[in-house]
Amino acid sequence: MATTLKPRDEADTARVVGWAAAERKSLEVVAGGTKRSVGRPMQAENVLNMSGLAGIRLYEPGELVLTAGAGTPLADIEAALAENEQQLAFEPPELGGFLGTGRRSPTLGGAVAANLSGPRRMSAGAARDHVLGLRAVTGRGETLRVGGRVMKNVTGYDLCKLLAGSWGTLAVLTEVTVKVMPRAESEATLFVAGLSADEAVRAMSAGLSSSAGVSGAAHVPQTLAARSGVQTLAAAGRSVTALRIEGFRAAFRERREVLARGLKSFGAVETLDSRTSARLWREIRDVSLFPGGASNVVWRLSTVPGRAPDAVRNVSVGEDVDALYDWGGGLVWLAQPSHGDGGAEAIRAVLERIGGHATLVRAEPATRSAVKVFEPQPEALAALTRRLKAAFDPHAILNPGRMYAGV
Amino acid sequence: MLTMPDPDRKIIARRDGIVDALAAILPADSLVWHETEMRVFQSDGLSAYRQMPLVVVLPKTVDQVTKVLKYCHQEGIAVVPRGAGTSLSGGALPLADAVLLVMSKFNQILEIDYDNRCVVTQPGVTNLAISNAVEERGFYYAPDPSSQIACTIGGNVAENSGGVHCLKYGLTTNNVLGIEVAMINGDVIRLGGKHLDAEGYDFLGLMVGSEGLLGVVTEVTVRILTRPDAARALLIGFASTAGAANCVGAIIAAGIIPAGMEMMDRPAIHAAEAFVSAGYPLDVEALLIVELDGPEAEVDALVDRVGDIAGACGAGQVRASQSDEERALFWAGRKAAFPAVGRISPDYYCMDGTIPRGQLTHVLEKMSEMSKQYGLGLANVFHAGDGNLHPLILYDANKPGELEKAEKFGAEILRLCVQVGGVLTGEHGVGVEKRDLMPEMFNEVELKQQQRVKCVFDARSLLNPGKMFPRLHRCAELGRMHIHRGQVPFPDIPRF
Repeated sequence: MATTLKPRDEADTARVVGWAAAERKSLEVVAGGTKRSVGRPMQAENVLNMSGLAGIRLYEPGELVLTAGAGTPLADIEAALAENEQQLAFEPPELGGFLGTGRRSPTLGGAVAANLSGPRRMSAGAARDHVLGLRAVTGRGETLRVGGRVMKNVTGYDLCKLLAGSWGTLAVLTEVTVKVMPRAESEATLFVAGLSADEAVRAMSAGLSSSAGVSGAAHVPQTLAARSGVQTLAAAGRSVTALRIEGFRAAFRERREVLARGLKSFGAVETLDSRTSARLWREIRDVSLFPGGASNVVWRLSTVPGRAPDAVRNVSVGEDVDALYDWGGGLVWLAQPSHGDGGAEAIRAVLERIGGHATLVRAEPATRSAVKVFEPQPEALAALTRRLKAAFDPHAILNPGRMYAGV
Repeated sequence: MLTMPDPDRKIIARRDGIVDALAAILPADSLVWHETEMRVFQSDGLSAYRQMPLVVVLPKTVDQVTKVLKYCHQEGIAVVPRGAGTSLSGGALPLADAVLLVMSKFNQILEIDYDNRCVVTQPGVTNLAISNAVEERGFYYAPDPSSQIACTIGGNVAENSGGVHCLKYGLTTNNVLGIEVAMINGDVIRLGGKHLDAEGYDFLGLMVGSEGLLGVVTEVTVRILTRPDAARALLIGFASTAGAANCVGAIIAAGIIPAGMEMMDRPAIHAAEAFVSAGYPLDVEALLIVELDGPEAEVDALVDRVGDIAGACGAGQVRASQSDEERALFWAGRKAAFPAVGRISPDYYCMDGTIPRGQLTHVLEKMSEMSKQYGLGLANVFHAGDGNLHPLILYDANKPGELEKAEKFGAEILRLCVQVGGVLTGEHGVGVEKRDLMPEMFNEVELKQQQRVKCVFDARSLLNPGKMFPRLHRCAELGRMHIHRGQVPFPDIPRF
């Protein structure tokens, strides 16, 4: 049974990691634990629980900056921001329900370590685009400050980007400084029902190319729309292609009209008010429309928006496949039968052709051991990956093997 | 003055042989080795520093780039990459013992993909040329550094260039989707593409802003945005810089993220007005230019709101643009601020620190004290929304000792930026200019970790040596780890 160590602060963290490096003891880094099942299964000797490093340390609404301990629950941060009509514009998802890891709030550090983002990815960016600074303890047991607390900074290499999305394999995050943004005064969603995936991608492209300022564009197949908590969609009995607009109250109607004009050639355009709109985008953000169960695995494909339906067709039989398109088609959550390789070979072959990458986000441990969870890399890139890991964590004690074997 | 690493005399002695070897790789018009022809390359935008390169190569194909790199790697010859040479930090300053690799012949846009809202381009294409190429369909490329008519997208990637619209639309790093990079050993890797996010470690994010120390960018994919329906700008005059600073905070706190928000102080206002007659008020201490964009009716409403906020912050004068021509005129003064200051002083030295905005009044006061102390004039332009300062130190290079004095003054400003929680450079890069100030911001552990990242890409430190890091450590030395074994592991830390 692995021992769980729960540091109270950064100094504790540095002592634990320093000891682990000296003794060659591997550590599994967790906080909220909602994404613990993502990646290759690990047999770490100890668990490093970072949820003790919680709390907002600096929040300047007029400067759009917030600093918090890496273990701070996102729910706490969002509540503090909401008091000032602000938000994390990258919409970090809560994947615990989808992954079956529990309904706890994910932490800020976890969202950054996984470089998560929600439907606003296209217009607002991912976690990586909002991190201004980090404090972290490397696998060498050394404490690092990277970035800062200002909006614009090109002093030295952008190590914030490297640590964002490194899944805890390079360094243990202890503190995160993010750029926060005002929350829009108004929100609405326009949708067209019954489009095929190809038509949907064209409709989303038209909306995204309009001047309406679309901040979400997703296509939900009929099978998944039927599971929505938004009555209009569940009752539609058809696929739903939804586009979200956000903006100031003044002239919001104008935005809506610009978008409606762009969509009307695709079918009847219907509207969701701000409350139901928020509900739908939360479902899309959290991937909560996917049914649970072990008979299916779920992949996350990041690809060229216009080629996404092609990718899905190439790996699935028939039209009734659970494929949810977000980011105007650039992100596909795709269910595949869990037997064999869970579709790995077919998915990666088609992405090799059209561009992009796939991650096996939900699968039983046996499948995650047998199948490459993260996209395999060409040798030149894989060599960089190995050397980078060694530069931060020479004894491979932090989340060893979570992303790639030996890394 | 900064000193560059001692050139390797053995390399310089081999120059003829090196030129011959490069001539075998490259067409004749891609090799420049006569002293008179190399002269145009001896400096970049940081013109106080000059150095003749060993030899200049201007390859036309990726194959030629990789052959040059492979040859230099094998022979242990350093390589300095260069785009248009507009760097203000000396990032493209040549070295006496290094090949200057100029990417300006990579000047073609390869693909415009409106369906997926991106452009694939060669790195030598200028920033503005990308926006111009997609203008007919109502698109543009958002980052707009002031040098955008000349600077190349490859250089923008190397420096993570900003511009006046960063607060709302992000820097280069937020707008680049993919790059192809030639590594020093001749390997070519592709990072990203037309899709979003890295499949593993975010090497793309690392490469942007790495100042030519990690690889040579040979292709770039950028996202393009739909141009907003309308844009209007306000000119807002204040009797004090503190009033202007408060107004910036109040606008943002009201939930408004302007497309651009610039501040100028009295000397900058006067210099700019004398140069372009933009209609700036001359009886104010600080001027804000605030631009709002979006649907027309929304822009009109926000112009009124910002006007009200400015009034509440004690603004003396508020003028909103009534046409695109007038808006362009408002900007003309700001965009010409550097050359305008060039008219009132024989030379100027442009700084680039970023500070937490709340520190602005304090920093401006301190800088004005320093200006008196050094006996050198100062004009300030400021990306007010994001805290990026551009103090322009006025000096005369022909007066003995003035350049050194200006550099000392500049270094003191940057130290102050770091002291108040800011950084040495917001968008111009470290290059050679701020190299020796890096320890002001980073401790030894942090500098060593950054150099370990360098070692991942370029273990022999052949790419752009002498830039960014004040002291070079050998990669083997950096790889060592000193550990203390046998201690009882922290009985006081909670465990389960």
